[in-house]
Amino acid sequence: MPETQARQVVEVGYGGNERLMMNMGPQHPSSHGVFRMILTLEGETVVAVDAVIGYLHRCHEKLGETLTYVQYPSIASKTDYVAAMTAELAYVSAVEQVAKIEVPRRAQYLRVIVAELQRIASHCLWLGTWCMDMGGALGGGATVFLYCIREREMVLDRFEELTGARLLYGFHQVGGTRYDVPPGWDKKVRETVDVIEARLDEYEAMLDANAFFRVRTQGVGVISRELAQSVGVSGPLIRGSGIGYDLRRAEPYSSYGDFDFVVPVETEGDCYARYLVRMVEFRQSIRIVRQALDGLPQGPISSRPGVKSVGQVRVPKGEGYARVEGARGEVGCYLVSDGGPKPYRLKWRGASFSNLAVLPHIVPGHKVADVVAIMGSVDPVFGEVDR
Amino acid sequence: MTAADASARIRDRFGIDAVADGGLGVTLPSQRWEEFARFARDELGCRYFNWLSAVDWKDQGFEVLCRLENLEAPLVVTMRTRLGAGEARCPTLTGLYRGADWMERECYDMFGVVFEGHPDLRRILLSDDWEGHPLRKDYAVDTAFTPYR
Repeated sequence: MPETQARQVVEVGYGGNERLMMNMGPQHPSSHGVFRMILTLEGETVVAVDAVIGYLHRCHEKLGETLTYVQYPSIASKTDYVAAMTAELAYVSAVEQVAKIEVPRRAQYLRVIVAELQRIASHCLWLGTWCMDMGGALGGGATVFLYCIREREMVLDRFEELTGARLLYGFHQVGGTRYDVPPGWDKKVRETVDVIEARLDEYEAMLDANAFFRVRTQGVGVISRELAQSVGVSGPLIRGSGIGYDLRRAEPYSSYGDFDFVVPVETEGDCYARYLVRMVEFRQSIRIVRQALDGLPQGPISSRPGVKSVGQVRVPKGEGYARVEGARGEVGCYLVSDGGPKPYRLKWRGASFSNLAVLPHIVPGHKVADVVAIMGSVDPVFGEVDR
Repeated sequence: MTAADASARIRDRFGIDAVADGGLGVTLPSQRWEEFARFARDELGCRYFNWLSAVDWKDQGFEVLCRLENLEAPLVVTMRTRLGAGEARCPTLTGLYRGADWMERECYDMFGVVFEGHPDLRRILLSDDWEGHPLRKDYAVDTAFTPYR
């Protein structure tokens, strides 16, 4: 090729005003799952986002229609595998609501204990991975991550002692819980939450006064009050946007009415506000766990006999929507029964799905580097987004 | 705004008796779907869009449901509409709620309900070349598909 021609090719350059389409994902480390964003950039600024989801889709709703009420709870935990306890709870609550099945008080307390421990574990994973995403500015990147995973392990150990499983538990069943606490478990749980409570101070000491952390999170990814409602985000996102909406308080399910806790609200709506909300939630969850352990009533753990056959639970014709406050927000199950051993229709309302839907509205205007910080603050779990 | 107030206003405006189902359940003809959502948002204060989905009642057609909330009251309104047998078209709510965008895309993907007026109605969870709509009752669980391309 003559030299002039080669030069021509090189000099067709970037003038700064062109729009560039950039693909981010699906295997991007910051997505903690499989998620693709097609970013339209002007320079380094994002002007549009097309979010592509569905890579982890297993059609849980169809699965729910093909499995009986006894079989499905252990599958329900696979929707949100980072907070499996709450996903199971949403499903069994829906079945109990439609079938009008009572749950003994001891089981209600056990459900609260595991749900709150699960929130602690889930928030540990969120904080660690989020700080790692934001990288070197936070003391080498992996520092906070490793500390948080260390604490999460302790909670998973408690779950393992309780259920035999570390991630997908099958702890809940229609009418109560499947397992009772093993001897000495409550003492270990108390020790665990004591340790975690002390470690939370360490995280805050590392992050709160860290100028880099503040710059990367304050004023970034602002969700307004109006936008939060219009999209339907829930959990720490909506509480970070000035709306004190928490299902544990708004419509106390299980035994949440018995406990004393605070629902944190921040008004800024940015990543930092969501961080503050979750840090308070950590401590409130610990408070609830302690109260529930103190007041754990004696009695049966299930109002139904143990599982002997798959078609054991019969649900009369009807429909209902039950929801719980998961670590990421409102996790709900809409259930339609035609009187058979399997649901006629099962709809999952995944908190992560609705929360992630806010991304295309808040990312434009930010730099590419902020996309990662914003996504981490939303804390999506793609098993729950794609279901 | 209590549930009783809301119920009375719905009766005045739409001539429909809301059913108490934990919140208020309202069954509408699909022509008044968007009108009702606008009324719920602006006059009942239901600015929170919770979810939208459908149920396939086989030869009785699809039922589309949408759950809206007023978080301050608190008030929950579940809108329902029956699309006639063999009919799968419903007005969109994307002009009123931003959350309707993804929810309607999911409903289209799973049931094949076409939301008229949706600006970007394409599949969301399944791939673009997927055939059929899995949550329809006539879609068999073991429908074959080509796993790799």
